[in-house]
Amino acid sequence: MKSLIDILDFTVEEIDELLVVANDIIADPKKYSEMCKGKKLATLFFEPSTRTRLSFEAAMYELGGNVLGFSEAASSSSAKGESVADTAKMISCYADIIAMRHPKEGAPLVAAMNASIPVINAGDGGHNHPTQTLTDLLTINREKGRFDNLKIGFCGDLKFGRTVHSLINAMSRYEGNKVYLVSPTELKLPDYVKKDVLDKKNIEYIETQSLDEVMPELDILYMTRVQRERFFNEEEYLRLKDRYILVPEKLTNAKEDLIIMHPLPRVNEISVKVDEDKRACYFRQALYGKYIRMALILKLLKEAGTI
Amino acid sequence: MNIDSIKDGFVIDHITAGRGMRIYELLELDKIDCPVAIIMNAGSKKMGKKDIIKVDGNVPLNLEVIGYADPKVTVNIIKDSKLCEKLTIPMPETLTNVIFCKNPRCITSVEQELEHIFKLTDRDENVYRCIYCETKASL
Ligand SMILES: [Zn+2]
Repeated sequence: MKSLIDILDFTVEEIDELLVVANDIIADPKKYSEMCKGKKLATLFFEPSTRTRLSFEAAMYELGGNVLGFSEAASSSSAKGESVADTAKMISCYADIIAMRHPKEGAPLVAAMNASIPVINAGDGGHNHPTQTLTDLLTINREKGRFDNLKIGFCGDLKFGRTVHSLINAMSRYEGNKVYLVSPTELKLPDYVKKDVLDKKNIEYIETQSLDEVMPELDILYMTRVQRERFFNEEEYLRLKDRYILVPEKLTNAKEDLIIMHPLPRVNEISVKVDEDKRACYFRQALYGKYIRMALILKLLKEAGTI
Repeated sequence: MNIDSIKDGFVIDHITAGRGMRIYELLELDKIDCPVAIIMNAGSKKMGKKDIIKVDGNVPLNLEVIGYADPKVTVNIIKDSKLCEKLTIPMPETLTNVIFCKNPRCITSVEQELEHIFKLTDRDENVYRCIYCETKASL
């Protein structure tokens, strides 16, 4: 049974194929509006993430399917002590595909090992979040038209930002990209990502604390939020969270065709004044998230022989 | 126990110096009844220094554990005081319930019945990772 637990579960070809379908859905959504008629997506959210859950639900509804599930652990049977394995077996009797979010790393893999239907990892703690990475890839595909020879700046929390690690990993599979890592010393990209991904794939990269310095070079600026829950002490969080705030003045020497991305939700790292700039594409990115999830649900249900 | 004359048992030789104790623990040799000797920092022409473990007795031997802990070792099986087999141990692809994930954020930390499975992810560097959270195993 094909599931999506880690973005590396999919080959470059499989990702290309998903992007083709997503682009076709955007061009002609009507063609897809009944493809999942009578099918059910179970959204098993053991921790709340309204944004991701609604994106999955909207995706399934636009394919003509239905949705069931829960949005926090308190309302699920795990609150009564049921294991992830048992939940996965039980849900397999009711639904055709599962999207699971869980605070513990590896929980969606446990579900996939026990379910008889495909499982999509909708985020497992600070570990993987492959549909965010697919969303980012569709955004780059739509807005830049290519995955190679791009200058990509990542800014903010590069230490705990799993979407950053995952996108760096995905982009390192393409030729000629250069990565700019902009962060305070405390939130630098971990050494193992540099060693296992950037060095191994011979990706050129520079580390700096100054966003202004690299801004004119960038084709893509990927902003991240500094997450309070990753810090043990509030003081350190408060000291670091406002380190990089993107305001319109910072963009004066940026390229005309720069794209500004952000996985959302933002706190204050991008000023609302930037929203009007045509280079800001984080809200379009959220929309692309729905389309790529539609393409993903279709792919997994087709491979399972359900549709 | 005369450590040079084993009747029925095995000798784990060419252990990287310093790893003998860890292999002793992983093989749970503290739980068996028969004579066990650990020789540390023995002289070795090939390795300079090495550790050796000798066990005199018919105890089941988990070769997987040895392959994980130190793929350079050789295992000599002894029967009737004679060397009957000399084994080198390949690194196993997966380890199930041999080592345990200690990451508090891992699903195995809250679901006690899950098997702890590690996969060999880098043969050259001898790296094993938890299949759930990808935490690197440390000896
Ligand atoms: Zn683990």
